[in-house]
Amino acid sequence: MKAAPRTIRIEVLRYRPEQDKEPVVQGFDVPFTDDMSVLQGLQYIKDEFDGTLSFRWSCRMAICGSCGMMINGVPKLSCSTFLRDLYPNTVRVEALAHFPIERDLVIVLDDFITKLHKIKPYIIPKEPRALSQGEYLQTPEQMAQYEQFSACINCMLCYAACPQYGLNSSFIGPAAMALVHRYNLDNRDGGRAERDPYVHSEEGVFNCTAVGYCSEVCPKDVDPANAVNINKTESAKDYFLRFLKPKGAQA
Amino acid sequence: MKRSNAPIFWALFGAGGMLSALIGGVLVIITGLAAPTGMGLPGDTLSYAKVLAFTQSWPGKLALFVVISLFLWHAAHRIFHTLHDLGIHAGLVARLLCYGVAAAGTLASIVALLQVA
Ligand code: SF4
Ligand code: FES
Repeated sequence: MKAAPRTIRIEVLRYRPEQDKEPVVQGFDVPFTDDMSVLQGLQYIKDEFDGTLSFRWSCRMAICGSCGMMINGVPKLSCSTFLRDLYPNTVRVEALAHFPIERDLVIVLDDFITKLHKIKPYIIPKEPRALSQGEYLQTPEQMAQYEQFSACINCMLCYAACPQYGLNSSFIGPAAMALVHRYNLDNRDGGRAERDPYVHSEEGVFNCTAVGYCSEVCPKDVDPANAVNINKTESAKDYFLRFLKPKGAQA
Repeated sequence: MKRSNAPIFWALFGAGGMLSALIGGVLVIITGLAAPTGMGLPGDTLSYAKVLAFTQSWPGKLALFVVISLFLWHAAHRIFHTLHDLGIHAGLVARLLCYGVAAAGTLASIVALLQVA
């Protein structure tokens, strides 16, 4: 038997550039059932109360990475956070921290996209390969090297969690580093030398002070903090040993 | 992209952190508690004569130098980053103050240790 819907108060941080000078909080009383996520709560608001409410979403199953927002101050995917777990308290929903707000819960994500481009998140072959050579074969062990870091869905929750990114957004940040690590560890890839300058730069890994909150909020257990910290060691090794390397050798 | 020179400070920070984690606590107990009170250690462990002899030996000089300088570099880096976390981005000034103290302490310890013949 289905329980009668309960009502939960959802407070949304609104920002409508054409009418709001700065973001304002607007509260709604939303009837909900046990199977409803925060995202569905917002959809209810959009359908029933205010069609102008803006937010991003697509898959509703924690895989597209579009629906990240601050829920009671914590970066979370709104599609996999359930109202029943927040009831009877009021839910406070805000745009992801550390990013400029475009409108309501929609952030400007240009910074992250630029970083994504810069790290070349794709396999750069070690040497040219002809189609006739067939596909790359990879053993389960070779795949296990990087698999965890390939689970990133670019949801940016880790950027909203990272206090260093909040203080200085030129920092390459957790997810981009996790992806650098993912491709560097792939035995089909030979692109490390192209990614290294960014990792070693003043915008690179050393902006991290090992807080670790990024890995706590990551919905895919990517553990970006681990990727960042392994690369601090790698970067430091390269810094001190680079003079010993023969010219033109790959890291 | 300008290469970061952070590895130098990070390596000193890491080395100092490792050293302090391994022996910092023990040193506090020996020099601060056990030796002065004579609990578990002979009363003259830190007597002038013994400390002087330790400082005159090369292994002793090296040990003191390593402990003093690395602890300082560790602290400098930690304090610098904590200032940043607290929202004090004094940049160059904070950097010079923190790492300057560590550098000065390192130099002073070299000079002092070499003077003990
Ligand atoms: S590392 Fe995790 S939290 Fe960061 S963008 Fe990828 S999936 Fe999201
Ligand atoms: S809607 Fe796709 S991750 Fe939430």
